Amino acid sequence: MTTTPPGLTEVLQRTFSFPKRHFLSVLDLNEVEVASLLDLADGFVSLNRQTSKKLDLLKGRTLMNLFFENSTRTQSSFELAGKRLGADVVNMSPRSSAMSKGETLIDTAVTLNAMQPDLLVIRHASSGAASLLSQKVGCSVVNAGDGQHEHPTQALLDALSMRRAFGRIAGLKVAICGDVAHSRVARSNIALLQMLGAEVRLVGPPTLIPPAAERWNVQIFHDMREGIAGCDVVMMLRLQLERMDGVMAPSQREYFRFYGLDREKLALAAPGVRVMHPGPMNRGVEIDSEVADDLSVSLIQDQVEMGVAARMAVLTSLAARLENDR
Amino acid sequence: MSVRPTAYANVRLVDPASGYDGPGGLIVTEGVIADVVRGPDMGSLSKDIEVIDGKGAMLLPGLIDIRVKTGEPGAEPKETLKSAALAAAAGGVTTIVVQPDTHPVMDEPSVVDFILRRARDIGLINVYPAGAATKGGEGQRMAEIGLMHEAGCLYVTDADRPIVDSKVMRRVLAYAKAFDVLVAHRPADPWLSTGAAASEGEFASRMGLPGVPAIAEKIMLERDLALVELTGGRLLVDQLTTAAALESFQRARDKGLPVTATTSINHLSFNEIDIGDYRTFCKVEPPLRSEDDRQAVIEAVASGLIQVVVSAHAPAPAEDKRLPYDEAAPGAVGLQTLLPALLTFHHEGRIPLIDLIRAVTSAPADLLGLPAGRLAKGAPADLVLCDLNAPILIDADKLISKSKNSPFDGRRLQGKVLRTVVDGRTVFGA
Repeated sequence: MTTTPPGLTEVLQRTFSFPKRHFLSVLDLNEVEVASLLDLADGFVSLNRQTSKKLDLLKGRTLMNLFFENSTRTQSSFELAGKRLGADVVNMSPRSSAMSKGETLIDTAVTLNAMQPDLLVIRHASSGAASLLSQKVGCSVVNAGDGQHEHPTQALLDALSMRRAFGRIAGLKVAICGDVAHSRVARSNIALLQMLGAEVRLVGPPTLIPPAAERWNVQIFHDMREGIAGCDVVMMLRLQLERMDGVMAPSQREYFRFYGLDREKLALAAPGVRVMHPGPMNRGVEIDSEVADDLSVSLIQDQVEMGVAARMAVLTSLAARLENDR
Repeated sequence: MSVRPTAYANVRLVDPASGYDGPGGLIVTEGVIADVVRGPDMGSLSKDIEVIDGKGAMLLPGLIDIRVKTGEPGAEPKETLKSAALAAAAGGVTTIVVQPDTHPVMDEPSVVDFILRRARDIGLINVYPAGAATKGGEGQRMAEIGLMHEAGCLYVTDADRPIVDSKVMRRVLAYAKAFDVLVAHRPADPWLSTGAAASEGEFASRMGLPGVPAIAEKIMLERDLALVELTGGRLLVDQLTTAAALESFQRARDKGLPVTATTSINHLSFNEIDIGDYRTFCKVEPPLRSEDDRQAVIEAVASGLIQVVVSAHAPAPAEDKRLPYDEAAPGAVGLQTLLPALLTFHHEGRIPLIDLIRAVTSAPADLLGLPAGRLAKGAPADLVLCDLNAPILIDADKLISKSKNSPFDGRRLQGKVLRTVVDGRTVFGA
């Protein structure tokens, strides 16, 4: 048992019981729930900055990280979140275990379910995988990224970073730039930011904007200068290098010329603009190091810190719900 | 560039951009058209003006030929940019757009820049490059369309090679749209075309030549038009040559799709029978079509459905042509014969003169956003003085191109270029 750090009591008062068993999609949330999660996460940020970070909110619980796709960043973020809350954390990489040998996702789910985890965090290359898994297990499932569909905890941590930087989200102009077509980060962010009253723009070459995205109540720009003009937040997305060799874009140098964020383009954004990137970055391809490393504009480091806090908020709220079920 | 202003007096002005065809003259200062006078009276001209008496000849905007191949870089023995420029000047062509299927392929900005620098050094006529749509012109991966556009390429195309993969074509059209870059594509179904040396039909069958059916053009065109509808990208149909494909194209135009088409002077002037006794100078890509197709293409130029006529200038030296028909290289030179060959349709009373001239001046200029191609105040002084009626005999050996592969060899045509002017400088004639 850790000593009670200052502010913990207050933070714990913010805990609310999440009304759903799973955390799969931003579309499952409403504005009140998001505000509560952000408030709670905000509290965890302070606690995480203290020397002693250990809490016991998830004591006795088992958290399984089930990552079918490699992701050091997200996996360690969930792992830390679980451990700081006192849960037992197990990391499974099905690719390197017997589970990869012809077993279906559902077989895997049934197997894992038999081990009685309380929280299952899944990352999978197929859209809808988290939802499918959630139908087959008795525990809570957290979507840590399913294909090109959603990455709801990323949207939550992005919202937290923005709210802390600007004090609000409503009314912000946010340009989401780059490979929107293949981005689960973009889809979750569009939905969450719009729910919170931000104005969302999508910026990228036509090959990287999802078909019919104009029906998402967003403005679409193929000229990055026009797209980020007057924006408060420029959110860059990662473009996989293999998509940049004549497939979705002609070359890295052409991509950087027209869609890479550098000082010159950033100067067109609103005064006080902040730059975000979900990581890992392709420096000199989608973002100039000069911009990425400028702490007066870049929120990229903050995003990583907020990630742990936001995930702690999600896990705590889901666990509170489990408590009620009992 | 002469500082002294020049007046072209006593000429028949033919200016499709304004629709004017009648007596008049114009004054050129500093390489730019300073004034256009309509009517026979030029008024009193200042003494510093050098007056060129056209003696009633036709003065039209310099021709713009948007589909020209040279051998530079990579195959200079066939044709250099300079020999092509000289041939163009002799033919009244003042602007050419060279195709990217060179060695190396013009698929990145430094090659575009190379062509522009070479053209500047040669300094005879305006030369612009078209960039490759895909890397290496191989139809697999997009080329650097944005950077080439910035470097000065006028459109992108894989030239003779169709982009087979529909996904690649879709991406090229969609991507180019972001830069408002025109994509030119030759409609030819690759599988139906494989191995073909002529147009499929009774004649090819009798000659024993493997043929490609005319619908190979329609099949690929229909795909391209559907992709234009999906992506909103601008398409230039490179050389429409069949009646079947024209039907599809008409439908797309009626729908308002952003599509334009060219045809070549070869397909307007010859049909499959001209292959005759295996005349390889008449082997072109796409192959010469039936007379019904040729008539449909002439009709489409007359109606304005096909807006642009190109020479499809493709030099091939004798060693590539003096081969059995199916082994011979395709292509025909055409820069020097484009204008007189086109005037045939005026002399035959098939197409009004001003409409013919439009297809090689203001129509391509408007399509590519060029300031030339019109006799208007402020436009570059790119001009051709031409005797509309003078008879000429085409002698391929006397053509200026390094390669002499002209299907017009031995033809009697009417229309002689007297003088060609680029930016106010006389580059051909006196």
